[in-house]
Amino acid sequence: MIPELGHFALILTLCLSLALAVFPLFGAHQGRASWMAVARTAAAGQFVFVAFAFGCLVWAFVHNDFSVLYVATNSNSALPTPYRIAAVWGAHEGSLLLWVLILAGWTLAVATFSRNLPERMGSRVLGVLGLIMLGFLLFVLTTSNPFDRLIPAAMDGNDLNPLLQDPALVIHPPMLYMGYVGLSVAFAFAVAAMLEGKLDSDWARWTRPWTIVSWMFLTLGIALGSWWAYYELGWGGWWFWDPVENASFMPWLMATALIHSLAVTETRGLFKSWTLLLAIFGFSLSLLGTFLVRSGVLISVHAFASDPSRGLFILIYLAVVIGGALALFAFRAPKVTSRQGFRLLSRETFLLSNNILLVAATALILQGTLYPLFMDALELGKVSVGPPYFNSAFLVPIAPLLLLLGVGMHAAWIKQDGQSLFERLRGVAIVALAAGVLLPWAVFGSTSLLTVIGCALGLWVLLSSLIQPLARLREGKGLTRGLVGMSVAHIGVAVCVLGVTITSAYNIETDLGVQPGETVTVGGYDFTFQGMRRVEGPNYIADEADVRITRDGELVAELKPQKREYRVQKSPMTEAGIDGRMSRDLFVALGDPLGGGAWSMRIQYKPLVRFIWIGAILMALGGALAASDRRYRVAVRHRRREKEPVGVPAGEPA
Amino acid sequence: MLRYLIPVVVFAVLVGFFWVGLGLNPGEIPSPLIGKPAPIFELPRLRDPEQYLNNADMQGQVSLLNVWATWCFACRQEHPILNEIAESGVVPIFGLNLRDQRPAALRWLEQLGDPYAATGFDGDGAAALDWGVYGAPETFLVDADGTILYKHIAPITHGVWRDELLPRIQAAQNRQ
Repeated sequence: MIPELGHFALILTLCLSLALAVFPLFGAHQGRASWMAVARTAAAGQFVFVAFAFGCLVWAFVHNDFSVLYVATNSNSALPTPYRIAAVWGAHEGSLLLWVLILAGWTLAVATFSRNLPERMGSRVLGVLGLIMLGFLLFVLTTSNPFDRLIPAAMDGNDLNPLLQDPALVIHPPMLYMGYVGLSVAFAFAVAAMLEGKLDSDWARWTRPWTIVSWMFLTLGIALGSWWAYYELGWGGWWFWDPVENASFMPWLMATALIHSLAVTETRGLFKSWTLLLAIFGFSLSLLGTFLVRSGVLISVHAFASDPSRGLFILIYLAVVIGGALALFAFRAPKVTSRQGFRLLSRETFLLSNNILLVAATALILQGTLYPLFMDALELGKVSVGPPYFNSAFLVPIAPLLLLLGVGMHAAWIKQDGQSLFERLRGVAIVALAAGVLLPWAVFGSTSLLTVIGCALGLWVLLSSLIQPLARLREGKGLTRGLVGMSVAHIGVAVCVLGVTITSAYNIETDLGVQPGETVTVGGYDFTFQGMRRVEGPNYIADEADVRITRDGELVAELKPQKREYRVQKSPMTEAGIDGRMSRDLFVALGDPLGGGAWSMRIQYKPLVRFIWIGAILMALGGALAASDRRYRVAVRHRRREKEPVGVPAGEPA
Repeated sequence: MLRYLIPVVVFAVLVGFFWVGLGLNPGEIPSPLIGKPAPIFELPRLRDPEQYLNNADMQGQVSLLNVWATWCFACRQEHPILNEIAESGVVPIFGLNLRDQRPAALRWLEQLGDPYAATGFDGDGAAALDWGVYGAPETFLVDADGTILYKHIAPITHGVWRDELLPRIQAAQNRQ
């Protein structure tokens, strides 16, 4: 009964999203206040019903209702309860339901926090979000209903994919979806501005915090995914340039460009068509990611649910949503552009180059991701594009981006005096270059051109980000959250670059067979294989190794890497043992038994690998600070106070 | 103001590609070599570069040619199953070690076991090119007279072995 209630609630949500899509958009077009007033109520109702439906599915999982096909395929009575809840988004149908739930959440948030928007604008934004919701709900209900029954019911479930039975995977998809779907808000603002035919600094000020917040979630989501791949896939890699990873990285790059482009639009009223285009691209790439993952047009290690008929639906949806927005752009963008001058040496130029380089990086990744598909479609043969292409293609736009980033932060709007800029940065540049050349060499005893470039650029961005906040503190001036946020996020970029550089250059990796009692030395650490034991988990049995790590006779850590066999799906899983410190990770993964008690192991020494994820956390933190800057909060409060005496506040149901 | 039309036009082209792409199966790679004699090849053996592995070594019996490399993530996943097949003695497996380093490849076999009757070392990938190999792992089923019967791309799993390879191998062996 409860699954049917969930199904019914989803149908009701569909009706409400239809109302949300139709009335506010037409109401705004024809100036009918009563039609526009539907928006907020419909947004709230939509959220309530989809949350109810989601709750029903969670209930079915928690209570092991194996008469629901989706539950029977993705859960098991022996599965621990937290993973039963995570199993809700462990496969296609449920992750779409999560997508829809989060979209409804964002829509409700926009309805709640944007009461200061002009009524037409607010209605159009919500209407566009309703349209997006409508399409996705139709997709869920027609091709991917998670409440389909299995008659007769299964005795027990097929269990959740063991790869996904992991704490990081419990929160990785929700985080990532918060980011993906959050970009729909910037998209909706862009479409609304184009419908309105008006795009001003106010618009940029409304759009920017939403963009930053979704970017923040996307950053954390990607970092979690990378962290999960690092310790759960078992081989110590943290980025594979897999199509699905690329699908999350491309919207991130776009959102990063959008945040910077919005800064120009907000402050100077420039780059308007860029901003619109980036807002469209950001969400389009999120949708494209969904299409690529779900349709099976590309091979990926993540493609656990691909089905061409679903692919066709998403393709049509993509064509309507993205094609529609881009067509609107072609007609309306010429109207909103403004021409104001700025000198070659100015913050505008730097932010423009930021946009161009980030778009170039995205284009290169997109090309690499889709190249196999292009070749196949043109019948030119089947090819695969691997990490070597992506690594070098990505470096080309990113190295100059980092170089310019260090300068751009200090350039003034409109016109910057070259001499003073040079004097300000000269010291930092020399220190960064010298340290980039010497530090890795002094610490690790060897270096290479790429290492020098990476370290120098990382240190350059790091030191350059510190100049402004330190100078303001020294002068006794206060710091705004906007400024601190910018610095922290850029420091995050620097930390991440340093982590990637050092860990790629000085990572030591050995695969070898070890006998019990044998000691192996890797990176100055002695790894002693003390023996194996059998361990039993709730739904798996594992071989667990006991590895004692010492350095100069002193105990550093005891690691217990496991090789698990999950009972239901019979798939072996590697659970790496990791001793993590800020300065390095020691990583032991179990291979296979070699007979006679010996096991093959992969032992790795990974210096500064944590910097990669710490950098991502700093970026997200910087985003949080910037999004909560006073000027966004004040704008809201200020407007509210203005409105209060005027009887019925604008934007409220009349 | 034609430049504002560029994004939508580019997107339309992309959608066209996706449309075509939906009808294609990226996992299915037809090999023009199926049913044809295997390409002539001669490679130095991995263990002993003085000796060679060539078509003659594979003649006279149904055999598998498995393309592998130490840089190939999926090959590691496949390896235990190759060991099982070799142990069962159903069919000899020849290895083609693709664009690899000799010491790394030897260490790999030492650690994970060596299921191969013999392995050819294809350092520059020239032989693999003749065989139409596009990546690793790939496995060819070759008849006793040297005809390529079947090609499997991606790692061999128990399912692939049971459903795709074993029936074809047995059919070929029965014909013999």
